[in-house]
Amino acid sequence: MARLRIPSEANTAAWFFLAPALLLIGVFFFLPVAASLLLSVTDFDLYGIADPGNTRFVGLQNYSKLLQTPDFWTALRNTFYFAFVGGPLTIAVALGAALLLSSKLVRFKGLFRTIYFTPFVTTLVAVAIVWRYLYHTRYGLFNYALSYVGIGPIDWLGDPQWAMPAIILMAVWKSFGYNMLIFIAGLQSIPEELYDAAEIDGAGPIRRFFSITLPMLMPTLVFVSVVTMIGYFQLFAEPYVMTQGGPLRSTTSVVLLMYEEGFRWWRMGYAAAIAFVLFVVILIATLLQFRLQKERA
Amino acid sequence: MGREGEIVTELIPAFEKEHPGIKVEVQQIPWSAAHEKLLTAFVGDATPDIAMLGNTWVPEFVALDALEPLDSLVARSTDVVRSDYFPGIWSTNVVDGATYGIPWYVDTQVIFYRSDLLAKAGYSQMPSTWADWRQAMQKIKSQMSATQYPLLIPITEWRPPVILGVQAGSPLLRDDGRRGAFHEPQFRAAFDFYASLYRDGLAPAFSASEISNLYQEFERGNIAMYISGPWQIGEFTNRLPKEMQDKWMTAPLPGMNGPGVSLAGGASLSLYRRSAHKREAWLLMEYLSRPDVQLRFYKLTGDLPARREAWRDTSLANNRYTRAFREQLDRVVPTPKVPEWEQIATKVFEYGEKAIRGRMTVEQALAALDRDVDALLEKRRWLMSRRKLANR
Repeated sequence: MARLRIPSEANTAAWFFLAPALLLIGVFFFLPVAASLLLSVTDFDLYGIADPGNTRFVGLQNYSKLLQTPDFWTALRNTFYFAFVGGPLTIAVALGAALLLSSKLVRFKGLFRTIYFTPFVTTLVAVAIVWRYLYHTRYGLFNYALSYVGIGPIDWLGDPQWAMPAIILMAVWKSFGYNMLIFIAGLQSIPEELYDAAEIDGAGPIRRFFSITLPMLMPTLVFVSVVTMIGYFQLFAEPYVMTQGGPLRSTTSVVLLMYEEGFRWWRMGYAAAIAFVLFVVILIATLLQFRLQKERA
Repeated sequence: MGREGEIVTELIPAFEKEHPGIKVEVQQIPWSAAHEKLLTAFVGDATPDIAMLGNTWVPEFVALDALEPLDSLVARSTDVVRSDYFPGIWSTNVVDGATYGIPWYVDTQVIFYRSDLLAKAGYSQMPSTWADWRQAMQKIKSQMSATQYPLLIPITEWRPPVILGVQAGSPLLRDDGRRGAFHEPQFRAAFDFYASLYRDGLAPAFSASEISNLYQEFERGNIAMYISGPWQIGEFTNRLPKEMQDKWMTAPLPGMNGPGVSLAGGASLSLYRRSAHKREAWLLMEYLSRPDVQLRFYKLTGDLPARREAWRDTSLANNRYTRAFREQLDRVVPTPKVPEWEQIATKVFEYGEKAIRGRMTVEQALAALDRDVDALLEKRRWLMSRRKLANR
């Protein structure tokens, strides 16, 4: 690989211009990250707040304890469940909506775009409270509708089997609008001539989708899936408001577990270890995703 | 904190008039943020002079060494008369023999019930033993439809199983709070009883967030009994329609073999060690502890007074709904005074939920509960053994 050679005086100038940004990143990002890495090898907690002398260096014990805790594995499984079912579902719904709204047959595009996007900009807590009513076993709209087709009643948020699907459904509804907008932008950048040429060659709509739309949309798809996945791995507010992680911890995510340990029980060292494990998980998942996309390309 | 924080400001002017040199500044924080705010204030060296503390928080702030012991102040005071407080409530403020808070208002759990449904089942009042209580519930259940239940105890609440445990004589923790005592026979008996309420269909396995409108369920007769605290009196009075008002009542909790104990709750006033105005702060604490001020506070908030003298006032003595609380307050016990208690409490209902939903047997759940509790108390054991070495 050829290295770019930069004259040294330009180098100084570059550092000078970069300094404010680097300083900010250093103070507000790298320093806290280093501090919490340090924290994660101690048992700093409430007693440690009282007297720093009550803090022990525990090496990797927080990590080994974490890996032996069933609650952590439950939380990790729930997080994966949410990310790998909810993520693709969100992307599929977003892509579907984007294709519909880009179609020449649809009218009032602006209106629909706004409607689909509205959930994304609505406060999550307000949304969660309304959805809690929708999911209510006896009085909820969903069970009311299902009763007409002879299904139910489903105890959406009270049944460990259904609680996570219920959260996923809400999350998909809430966040597909954002991805949809990005897909619409991506679709608009595909030259119309490609479709015209394919049509002349006799390609049907399905063929056109797989041979033109999807390949041309690949960079957008990579971006959307990485961002969605990282966001979904950090699942927190939905279960925090709707179920507090229950029933039977079926909706406790890794971040919710970290929040509970850190800010409810003040076991900061242990919580910092959870944060680092999550960081590693997201890092691996992101690298894997990039690798997969590269192989395909 | 919360509504109390707003309303106490109405009591302050009279205090400032009595003590012209003192100016009181009240800072209100919502309950949900209070715990975190007080902790960060401690870390940031910005603690107040006086703070209201939920009395289960006292051990935690004592562990932080944030609070001033009040015993000598109490001994000299003519306004804070220890013998006029409910002993169970007072003892929540005593950690390792020293007093760190003065009870401000009190709280405990009693039963709210539909007196008409109980009468229909042949009972003129709430039974007072577990066996009779269960029988009453079975009779009520036999007159209900399948989706109606005699009792509602949300499975995400730790107080009911803990209360039953204490009623059965369980110490909850053993070895001076070093380890859990949940698999011992006393708690085991209580836990069996607790789980059987759900297994026998006497209570629904609902979490708190699944109950959208308790008052509606109560009104419709979907539930007949509910365990809750004094603030619920106001809610029941305001939210139930007029024709329901003579159909509900409160009663002290039944116990294993006779009237049972409940948990000592409420809030205390505490003095911070770092306060620069301890003398003035104590004057305010004395003022807020006076029976007449306590009574005024009750009338403004509905919070039950900590002073027994205030309870002699007609507004409380003649209130049919607070009577059960007055009786129950003579039978209240504190939760174990370790800072880890709240976390232990959540473990209790988590394993309770597992047993109720059939994921674990009662035996397995209690063994696992003790294992988790012992792990949570590891740091406490280490600190205690270190302190013992230092004292030697």
